[in-house]
Amino acid sequence: MPTVEQIREMLSAGAAKSSLLVEREDLLAVAKFLKTDPQLQFDFCSCVTAVDYIKQDCIEVVYHLYSVALKHGPVALKVRAPRALEQCHVPSLTPVWRGCEFQEREAFDLFGVKFDGHPDLRRILMWDEFVDHPMRKDYIPPMDYEWEPTPHGETLARAKMQGGTVPASALEAKK
Amino acid sequence: MPVDEGLKSELQKRGVFVMPVEFLYNWSRKSSLWPVQFGLACCAIEMIAAAAARHDIARFGAEVFRASPRQADLMIVSGTVTKKMAPQVVRLYNQMPEPKYVIAMGACAISGGPFKDGYDVLKGVDRYIPVDIHIPGCPPRPEALLHALMTLQEKISKQHLNETRWYDKNAPAEYPIPQYGAHDLEPPVNRELWQPPQETPKK
Repeated sequence: MPTVEQIREMLSAGAAKSSLLVEREDLLAVAKFLKTDPQLQFDFCSCVTAVDYIKQDCIEVVYHLYSVALKHGPVALKVRAPRALEQCHVPSLTPVWRGCEFQEREAFDLFGVKFDGHPDLRRILMWDEFVDHPMRKDYIPPMDYEWEPTPHGETLARAKMQGGTVPASALEAKK
Repeated sequence: MPVDEGLKSELQKRGVFVMPVEFLYNWSRKSSLWPVQFGLACCAIEMIAAAAARHDIARFGAEVFRASPRQADLMIVSGTVTKKMAPQVVRLYNQMPEPKYVIAMGACAISGGPFKDGYDVLKGVDRYIPVDIHIPGCPPRPEALLHALMTLQEKISKQHLNETRWYDKNAPAEYPIPQYGAHDLEPPVNRELWQPPQETPKK
C-alpha cells in the first residue's frame, strides 16, 4: 500500500492514465482524499461501472475520476468484491460524488453489486420483479427464441431445446 | 350492388353520387387515420421526419398525432420494444377505440432487429398485439412509412362491414397485458395471437 505522499506524487505528476486498486474498507477514505486534496481535486466522477472476473471469483467496481479544476484525469479508482451475491458489497461513493447515484444503481441492477450507504438502491433498467443480474458472465438469458429461416450455432441449439419451431430442412442441413 | 356505369355518370353530372355505404364508410376512415403520438427509438425520428415539411404525412390525412390513445386510430410502433416497455405498449393499444390499426415500423418492432439476442428485447411486437402492416428497414425512410400508410389505406378500403373485428362478438375486446416476471415477461408470448411460423415451402 503506497503512502498518501506517493499517491499524491503519482497522480499529480503523471496526472492521468493511472489506476488505484484499493481495499473495500479504505475506499471511502481514499475517495474523500482524492476529492479534497488540494493537489489532486478530483471533483468529477464521470463513470461508474463493474467488471465480472469470473475466474478470479470477484467483481471489480471502477470509478473514473477527473479534475475539472486542475484539468487532469482520468484516474480509475478500483475496488473488488467477492462474486457471491450476499457478499458482493462495496461502500457507495454517492455521498462523495453525487453523480454516482444512477450509475451505481445501474451497476447494482446489471452486476448485483450492493452499494452500502447508497440513498436509493433500486433497479434502474430492469423491472423491480426481475431477480437476475444480466451482465454477470454466468447469466442465462430467457428462452424466447425467435424463429429464423436458417438458424445456426447457438440459435439452432436453443431452437432444438424449444422444439417444434425449427424447419426440418435446417436440422437436416446441419447433419 | 353494381350500379350501371352510364347511369352513374349521368347522375354525377347532375351532382348525384351513387356508391355503396361501405365505400363511403371505408373512404372516410382511411382518409383520417390519426396516429398515437409515441415513439420508442430511432424509428420515431423517421416518423417525425415523415410528419415534417418535406414528406408531409398530412397529405394522407394522418398528421394529427394524438397524445391520447382514446382519440387515435393508428398505432405506429416505431422502434425497439423492450420488455420493460411492452406492457405499456399493449395497454396503449387496449385503450384505443375501434377501429384501430397497427404499423410495426422497422426491424426491431418486427422481430427485435439487431437487438434480438438481447435478454431485454421483445422479439417482435406481434407477439402481443395484432399488426396490420410491417415496414422493413433500420430505420425505414419516411417514404417507407408513407408507403405503409398507403398500403394500410388500401387494406381499409377492402374491408367489409360484416367482417370487421369490432362487430365480431367473438373477437377479444382487449389483449392480455404481460406481467413482469422473475426472469422474463409472463407470458413471454400471447399464443392465441402468435404462433411460430411453420417452414416455408421451397420454391
